[in-house]
Amino acid sequence: MKRKAVIIGGGPAGLAAAVSLKDNGIEDVLILERGSSLGGILTQCIHNGFGLHTFKEELTGPEYAARFIEMAKERNVEALLNTMVVDISHDKVITCMSKDKGIFTIEAESVILAMGCRERPRGALNTPGYRPAGIYSAGTAQRFVNIEGKMPGKEVVILGSGDIGLIMARRMTLEGAKVKAVAEIMPYSGGLKRNIVQCLDDFGIPLKLSTTVVDIKGKDRVESVTLAKVDDKMTPIPGTEEVIPCDTLLLSCGLLPENELSDKMGVKLSPVTGGPIVDESLNTNIPGVFACGNVLHVHDLVDYVSEEATLAGKFAAEYIKEGERPINGPEFKIETGKGVRYTVPVTVHPDRAPELTTVRFRVGNVYKDPEICVYMGDKCVLRRKKQICAPGEMEQVIIKKADLKNLKDGEKIVVCLENVL
Amino acid sequence: MESKTLTCINCPMGCQVTITYEMKDGRINEETMTVTGNTCLRGKTYAISEVTNPVRTVTGTVGLSNRELRVVPVKTKTPVPKDKVPDVAKALADVKVEAPVHIGDVVIKNVCGTGSDIVITDNIE
Ligand SMILES: Cc1cc2nc3c(=O)[nH]c(=O)nc-3n(C[C@H](O)[C@H](O)[C@H](O)COP(=O)(O)OP(=O)(O)OC[C@H]3O[C@@H](n4cnc5c(N)ncnc54)[C@H](O)[C@@H]3O)c2cc1C
Ligand code: SF4
Repeated sequence: MKRKAVIIGGGPAGLAAAVSLKDNGIEDVLILERGSSLGGILTQCIHNGFGLHTFKEELTGPEYAARFIEMAKERNVEALLNTMVVDISHDKVITCMSKDKGIFTIEAESVILAMGCRERPRGALNTPGYRPAGIYSAGTAQRFVNIEGKMPGKEVVILGSGDIGLIMARRMTLEGAKVKAVAEIMPYSGGLKRNIVQCLDDFGIPLKLSTTVVDIKGKDRVESVTLAKVDDKMTPIPGTEEVIPCDTLLLSCGLLPENELSDKMGVKLSPVTGGPIVDESLNTNIPGVFACGNVLHVHDLVDYVSEEATLAGKFAAEYIKEGERPINGPEFKIETGKGVRYTVPVTVHPDRAPELTTVRFRVGNVYKDPEICVYMGDKCVLRRKKQICAPGEMEQVIIKKADLKNLKDGEKIVVCLENVL
Repeated sequence: MESKTLTCINCPMGCQVTITYEMKDGRINEETMTVTGNTCLRGKTYAISEVTNPVRTVTGTVGLSNRELRVVPVKTKTPVPKDKVPDVAKALADVKVEAPVHIGDVVIKNVCGTGSDIVITDNIE
C-alpha cells in the first residue's frame, strides 16, 4: 500500500496534523493509532483547563479531543484504530500490526511522528525491601479512576509534583481518598502553578519540597512510606525522616517522549528532550519525516501541541507537493545560552523559514525577573522581561525571517536568559 | 485598601494577578480597584470573583449501567461556589447513566442547588 501522508499516533498532535494536511491540499491522509479510539492521553484527562487559547473556552480533555476528532471527520481523514506501528524504515516503509489485518506494510511519501510520551519508569525510587501492591504511576492511576472507575486506594502519598500527580491529588480527594502529602525531591515543583493552587492549596494538601521517599513498609500491600528531606546533592538527611501511614503510593516522576520507533529508523534524537532534533519546518534529519506534540518535547499546554502539529501538517503538505526540497542556502544552529536547557527547533534555514518562527524552550531552574534574549551573531534581536521563568512552564520566542536573513556565515543564534545569577 | 496576589486558574498560563481593592457595601468598589499581571480580561474577572465569590468547575465521572469497566466523565456546566465542591463531588458518587451518551447531555439538573447542571464530557456510543 502506497500513501501520501501517514501520521503515527491519533492524539491531539496527530489529529491537528491530519486536519492541517487536508486544509493544505493533501487528499490522502492516514492516521495509525494503537488505541481503540482517537484522542490520545486527553481521553483520561477529564479535568478542565484545555483549549482556552485555541477555542476561547475552557474545555475538559475529552471535549478538546472531540473537537479535533470532529474536524478530522468533516475532512474525511482516514484512521486505522487498534493498529500498532512496530517499525518504520529509513526510507519510510511502515510496518503495522492489527488484530483484523495482522502484519502489513505501508509505503509513505511523508511520515509525521506523533506518538506522544510515556511516564518515566520508577527507577527514581531506590528503596530497599519488598515491592508491595499499592504502588502505581500517576498516569496508570488516572486511567483506573477516570476510565475504569476504580480507586487504587484510600490513603495516598504522591512522589513527584508533576502535573499528573497534582491532578490526581485533587481527583482522588474528590473521590473520597485522603491524600496525605505530595513529596518533591527538587526545591521547586515541576507542575503548573495553577495546578498547585487548584489541586493542592484548595484542599490543604501539603507539598513537601526537597523531600523524597526513603522507605516503603508493607509486604503484601503498602502500609506506610517514610519521607526524608534531601540536601543540595539530593542525599537524604538523617534525622529528618517522617513515617506516613498509607495504602497507596503514586509516582509522578515526569514524562519521556516515546521515540523507540524514531531512533530505530535513524532519526537523530536530542539527549536533553529525548525527542527528535528538528529544523524550523519540524523536519527531522530524514527529509519528509516530521515530528510534533509530546513525541518532540513534552508540552504542558495542549493548545501548543495543536499549534505545532498544524505547522507540521503544513510543512509536510509542502514537502509532498514539491517533492524533496533541496536545502538551498545555509543552515544555522540555535544554541542554548545561560539558563536555557533546550530549544525546539534546533536548526533554521533562513531561506526556507516562514516570516515568523516560534522557538519553544524550557529553562533549567526557577529564575525571578529574568530577561529572555535572542542573539543573532553578536546582535541582540529580542529582549523580553518576565516576572518568572520555571522549568515547569514552557517558554517561547518568535524570531523574524528578516533577522535570520541578516545572519552571516558561521554566526550563531543564541537563546538565553539575562539579568539572572 | 487590601491587596491580594492570586494565580489565575482560567487557563494553564497561570498569570500572577494582583488585585488591590476596597469593599463598599459588601461589593468591590470598582472605581478605586486596580488589577495587574493578567494577560487577558479573564484574569481580571477571576481576581474580582476570587475576592468576592470564589468558584470552581468540578469534574468527575459517573457510572455506565450497560458497560463494564468504563465510566464516563462529567463536569459542572458552569463553575459552582468553591465551598460546594465537596458536596457536588459526593452527589456524583452513585449516579449511573446508560450508554450511548454524548457531550452536553444533562445528568443532574441544578446540582446541590448551585444552579449549575452536571453534563457529560465525552461521547460513548
Ligand atoms: C495528566 C496530564 C494532564 C494534562 N493537563 C493538561 C491541561 O490541563 N491543559 C493542557 O492544555 N494540557 C494538559 N496536558 C498536556 C496535553 O494533554 C498533552 O500535551 C497532549 O495530549 C499531547 O498530545 P500528543 O498527541 O503529542 O500525545 P498523546 O496524547 O500521548 O497521543 C499519542 C498517541 O499516539 C499513539 N501511539 C503511540 N505509539 C504508537 C505506535 N507505535 N503505533 C500507533 N499509535 C501509537 C498513542 O496511543 C496515543 O494515542 C496534560 C497531559 C497529561 C499527561
Ligand atoms: S489572565 Fe488570561 S491568559 Fe492569564 S491565566 Fe488568566 S485566562 Fe490565562
